[in-house]
Amino acid sequence: MAPLLEVRNLTVAFDTPAGTVHAVNDVSYSLEEGETLGIVGESGSGKSVHALSMVGLIATPPGRIVRGEVLFNGRDLLALSQRELFEVRGKEIGFVFQDPMTSLNPVLTIERQIAEPLRRHFGMSVSQARRRVVELLELVGIPDAARRARQYPHEFSGGMRQRVMIAIGISCNPKLLIADEATTALDVTVQAQILDLVRDLKKKIGTTVIWITHDMGVVAGLADTVQVMYGGRIMERGPVRAVFHDPRNAYTWGLLKSLPHGGRRGVTRLYQIPGNPPDLTKEPIGDPFAPRNPFATERCRIETPPLGEVEGSVAGHRAAAWYDLRAEIAATQVQP
Amino acid sequence: MSESNMTPLVSVQNLCKTYGGEKRLFGGSMPALKAVNNVSFDIAPGETLGLVGESGSGKSTTGRVLLQLEAPTGGDILYKGENITGLSKAMLKPYRRDMQVIFQDPYASLNPRMTVGEFVGEPLEVHNLASSRREREDRVASLFTKVGLDPSFMKRYPHEFSGGQRQRVNIARAIALNPAFIVADEPITALDVSIQAQIVNLFQDLQDELGLTYLFIAHDLSMIRYLCHRVAVMLRGRIVEIGPCDAIFENPQHAYTKALLSAIPVPDPDIERDRRPLVFDVGANLPREEAVLRPVGNRHFVLEV
Repeated sequence: MAPLLEVRNLTVAFDTPAGTVHAVNDVSYSLEEGETLGIVGESGSGKSVHALSMVGLIATPPGRIVRGEVLFNGRDLLALSQRELFEVRGKEIGFVFQDPMTSLNPVLTIERQIAEPLRRHFGMSVSQARRRVVELLELVGIPDAARRARQYPHEFSGGMRQRVMIAIGISCNPKLLIADEATTALDVTVQAQILDLVRDLKKKIGTTVIWITHDMGVVAGLADTVQVMYGGRIMERGPVRAVFHDPRNAYTWGLLKSLPHGGRRGVTRLYQIPGNPPDLTKEPIGDPFAPRNPFATERCRIETPPLGEVEGSVAGHRAAAWYDLRAEIAATQVQP
Repeated sequence: MSESNMTPLVSVQNLCKTYGGEKRLFGGSMPALKAVNNVSFDIAPGETLGLVGESGSGKSTTGRVLLQLEAPTGGDILYKGENITGLSKAMLKPYRRDMQVIFQDPYASLNPRMTVGEFVGEPLEVHNLASSRREREDRVASLFTKVGLDPSFMKRYPHEFSGGQRQRVNIARAIALNPAFIVADEPITALDVSIQAQIVNLFQDLQDELGLTYLFIAHDLSMIRYLCHRVAVMLRGRIVEIGPCDAIFENPQHAYTKALLSAIPVPDPDIERDRRPLVFDVGANLPREEAVLRPVGNRHFVLEV
């Protein structure tokens, strides 16, 4: 079966007064129906920009899609007109953004905002849409849905607002739901509830999900496949267990190692990745992580490593590396 | 680290901060919000106390009121045993030198029109601690080195720096006056994951080198264990549990602490798949007004239910 989404050589740049920012560089991957893909990376990794550019949500200018194809159900989204994309967004691809405070319109009731895509895409009548809104609010676990639907965003807590955002995201039964740092602004206990909700919704309606986050813990619990991005490139990708337990790219390894694993003060020192995030205005040559990578070879600095199948791991585990991370780590550990 | 018979460096007793409650022009009064409600704790010299809780728990307000950036509505703040609550601006000035603060947003805290060198040197100027421009620059250069920044960056402006570097600049300014105590309010929250560990380690190195005492405010419990000797958990303005890190993490007693700990995502798919976070309904479990902290172990206290 053809994948639901296939991204090929997507390259996005922004022309700014400070120079051209190479935000997304040659990103290719595919996503099967029903799969949950967790994309991890920090600011400037290209994780959000690549998703927004797929559906024409970056401002052009300054943004510019340099090349690439994004095949969604066999159709190239990048070749569609804004009018055609209008039909895709919200209906076939749903979105949930980071900040539920600014993503909702404060002067419209929750009902109006959830009903908008329903009325536009399906031509539902007011009463049909109203019924569906209540259904959706119940689905995302908002108690007393019929009454709550007539309230305004300020009457909802942060967690409840994010549930409303998810309700809007899934309102048209999209084939693909893209969530960009959807729980980052929430308290941990609320985040836990939202993640439970998403797992539950996946079971109930089988949506394909792209979950973009900087939190490795969130990905560990939610995703089937994880994709690690850095400097606009995919550094590593594969089934979560393989990537978390047997990382083959030095950035993935450093990121996992630098997280607190229950260590204590004075007993263990946190591993720290040296250096600073890359300057994206520089021409993207070589491995973007090379300047911070203790295992980098001369080749890493001049030639970009391809995202290749990893030897001795499970199928679908791919990493971009000229060095052999396992051998390098083994070598450092035998030294005194 | 902290002997029980030692005078605490910083101590707050029954600290309260209430917003609102003022009389309205026509009848009634504004609803009062007890952001900080009867909070007491000591911090020993050289100790790091973690203050955790969710948004709206009052943890940041506690830090701000402790430093008297806002006036408390009740309670006392003691520094080295002296009550410094409500002192005039002039009387507080020497204490301000000793007690510094670092905020969450490393960019908003910087002055975009000042070079970072001027920014770090400004406190030295305010407190007349350098006899000449040359001496000040030398001291700023050594501060830069101390926080892991190249002194050649002194002439640059904040926008030329990454988030982690900006936070290093803020830390350099905070330690410029050789303070004894620093309130760090979510200093790593806004930083990239690969940078957080660098800053956490820097906080520790500076403590070891300069003997600093910290109040470390965070909503993320996972880093707390690396940094703190003790932790206080806040809920709706009250401390519901306080104790040594190990006791809180290994043997949490309050239902809210348990829920908070169970909600932290673990970066391991095998653990994370089966993790079921505990649910704690804040609205149904608000701390009773008259409840007090009761000892449950060595220096470990829990708010009675």
